[in-house]
Amino acid sequence: MKALFIALLSLLLSLPAAAGSKIIATGGSTSIEGAAGGGIVPWAVINGYASSDQWSVNSFTSRVGVDDFTLQNFGIGASYNNQWELSLTRQKFNLDTIGGDLQQDVFGLKYHIAGELLYSDLPQISIGLQYKKHRNSGLPFAVGAKNDSGTDVYLAASKVYFAAVAGRNLLLNATVRATKANQLGLLGFGSASDNSYHYMFESSAAILLRPDLAIGIEFRQKPNNLAFADEQHWRDIFVGWFINQNFSLVGGYVDLGSIAGLTQQQGYYLALEATF
Amino acid sequence: MKATSFSGLWLSLCISVMAVLILSGCSQTSTKDHLYQQLGSSAGIEKIVDGLLVEIEQDPQIVHHFRDTDIPRFRKLLIEQLCELSGGPCKYTGASMQESHTGFKITQADFDNLVRHLMKVMTAQNIPIAAQNQLLGMLAPMYGDVVYR
Ligand code: HEM
Repeated sequence: MKALFIALLSLLLSLPAAAGSKIIATGGSTSIEGAAGGGIVPWAVINGYASSDQWSVNSFTSRVGVDDFTLQNFGIGASYNNQWELSLTRQKFNLDTIGGDLQQDVFGLKYHIAGELLYSDLPQISIGLQYKKHRNSGLPFAVGAKNDSGTDVYLAASKVYFAAVAGRNLLLNATVRATKANQLGLLGFGSASDNSYHYMFESSAAILLRPDLAIGIEFRQKPNNLAFADEQHWRDIFVGWFINQNFSLVGGYVDLGSIAGLTQQQGYYLALEATF
Repeated sequence: MKATSFSGLWLSLCISVMAVLILSGCSQTSTKDHLYQQLGSSAGIEKIVDGLLVEIEQDPQIVHHFRDTDIPRFRKLLIEQLCELSGGPCKYTGASMQESHTGFKITQADFDNLVRHLMKVMTAQNIPIAAQNQLLGMLAPMYGDVVYR
């Protein structure tokens, strides 16, 4: 997988820098499940710089390192017409103190329904889905999950308010997600006693200090389906640097609460994205 | 409900309150008087428009829209418009945005290109980010009158 990713990345790097027309940073970064967004929240923006009638492709890698776990994500994606976004992501979750690792694949699709991030009073609104398939089926069932695959559906609204904070532009995002996933799906989906969808609220706020430099905060509400261990809400603060229309770099501090019985999981977040 | 739900609710509440405070627009009235000066008054605005004309000329994606345009007239009208918008002593004498852009089938990509050119030109002229954002915030709502007409 890593070799494949590197191969794809080098392929992308060898393409001419045919960036699209969108304004710097308006494709967002790539969140941990592969959708354009912040770090942990998918936004209504479409990944990359493809404006009307344009294509873009992207690849990303990100890493979340907390006290007892490390989550690594690798993905590729494509966008068209500032309207469609497709993504394929592999998540690898290392149980640093418990031992071993878990993997799952996420297929993501997003469709921009209405509004324009920069240009309309109405926020940009998109719907998306994330089909997730665990690659170590035994584990989800062992911890009491009902399934080893599941689909999240979300509705996201994002808008940039010009010169809103000390003359700087402000991005606000709100997302509602219907999900059965336990810890993203890494601990499976649903449980014996609760296999229904739960609606979760997620939000991000970012200030663009410069058009290419953002600082922000995020919150992601989480369900709590499994009996064996509590799952808690996630939050982070981040700095994103959109180096140019081909590369961006995001660093942050995350608080993931309790995971698989180990409490107070806090640490760093790092993401690198390339888009052409 | 667990205790952590509280901090989540609290954070969402904070974001909402912050947003409402910010968006209630305390910054608008006091800074608009200065925007014209921050753009460099009449000389600065002329320089922005001239820079923009160069960018348009060099952009094969959008230059064709201006094939039959009377450029000196377009230049004069754009200067008037930016001057008036930013609170300067001018009166825009051209047609409405909807009238003047109908028939050109300007796309979102065309609009994005022009915005990027404007940002580049303003940055090259060392116009403060806050002033750039304020001007962009005044132009952005014209999108609906300009594209796909
Ligand atoms: C908010 C953004 C825009 C503003 C403020 C603006 C402003 C203006 C103004 C003041 C005029 C002259 C009106 C008149 O002739 O009475 C004009 C004309 C024109 N604009 Fe725009 N414009 C914008 C966006 C665009 C875009 C994105 C394009 C295409 C890339 C475009 C293409 C044209 C053309 C081709 C004309 C000349 C029309 C003619 O020759 O009659 N404009 N614009």
